[in-house]
Amino acid sequence: MSDPVERIAVSTDQDVVRVRQLVRTIAVSAKLSLVDQTKLVTAASELARNTLVYGGGGTVEVTRVDNGRRQGIRIVFADQGPGIADLDLALTDGYTTGGGLGLGLSGARRLVDEFDIETAVGQGTSITVTKWCR
Amino acid sequence: MDRVPILKIGDILLVSIQIDMEDQVALQLQEDLADRVVTTGCHGVIIDISGLDIVDSFVGRTLATIASISRVLDAETVVVGMRPAVAITLVELGLSLPGIRTALNVELGMALLARAKADERAGDSEWDEIDDEDAETAADAQP
Amino acid sequence: MALEPDEASRLAALLEDKQEELVGAWTDRVAQSLRGRLSRAELQRQTTELRKGFQSALAGGATDLTQEAAAELRAQLSDLSTGRARQGFSATETAVSLFALKEALLGVLDGGDAGNLREYVAFSEFVDAAALFTFDTYVHVRESLIADQAEQLLELSTPVVKLWDGVVAVPLVGTLDSARAQVVMERLLQTLVDTGSPYAIIDITGVPAVDTQVAQHILKTVVAARLMGADCIISGIRPQIAQTIVALGIEFGDIATKASLADALRYALNKTRTRES
Repeated sequence: MSDPVERIAVSTDQDVVRVRQLVRTIAVSAKLSLVDQTKLVTAASELARNTLVYGGGGTVEVTRVDNGRRQGIRIVFADQGPGIADLDLALTDGYTTGGGLGLGLSGARRLVDEFDIETAVGQGTSITVTKWCR
Repeated sequence: MDRVPILKIGDILLVSIQIDMEDQVALQLQEDLADRVVTTGCHGVIIDISGLDIVDSFVGRTLATIASISRVLDAETVVVGMRPAVAITLVELGLSLPGIRTALNVELGMALLARAKADERAGDSEWDEIDDEDAETAADAQP
Repeated sequence: MALEPDEASRLAALLEDKQEELVGAWTDRVAQSLRGRLSRAELQRQTTELRKGFQSALAGGATDLTQEAAAELRAQLSDLSTGRARQGFSATETAVSLFALKEALLGVLDGGDAGNLREYVAFSEFVDAAALFTFDTYVHVRESLIADQAEQLLELSTPVVKLWDGVVAVPLVGTLDSARAQVVMERLLQTLVDTGSPYAIIDITGVPAVDTQVAQHILKTVVAARLMGADCIISGIRPQIAQTIVALGIEFGDIATKASLADALRYALNKTRTRES
């Protein structure tokens, strides 16, 4: 079963809200538990805001996935921004270049089951997260 | 742009957030509240977040900023009604909302503000004695 | 060696012609293997239905169990398997019920002929596939039974009780694993909201051991409760557990800990009183 990919272009604050709502709708239909829904939507909110603030905007794609044993939701956040120079540092709690709390990346990673990041300076950033149903 | 309404009840300003706020709306609320605290001279702010299904680091930071600004303006802020799933997520996210007092519901939030006010009236001389008992209760809300 | 279409139809005819003899022999063998745990009448009904299923699948041109013509038969097989799994029969006993068809069929075939032998082997394979199918279904049903029971057990073992006005308690009994700790955490926090209780007592008298993970879960619960505006008190920490906690270097920080549930309740009531005064 491969559901269609839902895609949202992120270029304003309102788009971040739309990402949250889309992810919630899909999380509910995938029958994630309430706590897992909340974790995934929170992670999506953090990462979509990063795409907007640090990546200068980009796209968010949400897909239902199935690995044979479990169902889940995969979200890809992609931007064409400046990229991340020091990934380890960016993934450290409390580190920020944007005046935030520095919990966006590191915190979002703790809220999902799989977290994958591809980035290069000047090449943009692509973050893929997956949350599986228990 | 939506705007979050602020109600005045006696000496307390009550804000009930019922919408999924854009970041701009949250910042607007922060500004509006500071204005209202000054114009009304209220000493307490209650922010009801029982309608929020998520609190991310931006909203968390805004709540903390509101609490700090209010304190400077001589008003205590209590955040009430946080959902269990939201609390669990915030713990995982690593956001502990330092400096924010919390209560389970509006009623308990009002009681908390009333106690804080009573403590203040008790005056500086008695403060030290009360400190051991009551400051502990207050401190409990701010890990 | 798969069934040929013409073989399938010949076998279908055989299943039809010799139905009484076949069902009788089949039922006898199944009854023998189950040693009276299902009545003969019940088994007779099952084998009669299954024979019909095999017959119509083969008559419909099925040469393989996965084909469309065998859909009805597959449904029958999974019903049989589900029933047996729930009644507590083993997977082998379920599969043997199908293997018995082969023996029964051997009895009604006129022996000797090479063509017959070929048909028989091919049909055997078909029955084997059916038996394996019941095996799969059986495992699947048992797995879901076990998952259901585990969930029920979780619900049973984590009661959150209201002790006093404004004080709820969760007495933990038995080993706490990650999944259970999570259920406890959610349940406790929800009860705080539902009852508007600012105090929660987590009593771990009945917990035999605490490892880092469990301690982490308890700590997270306490922090989450604080975020919501409630205080947790941990009671019933036994000496060995206190030693483990210290040895593991787990910081309980400023979390209130009390020796017994009674002490914890007294402490919470005291706090409630100072709140109200």
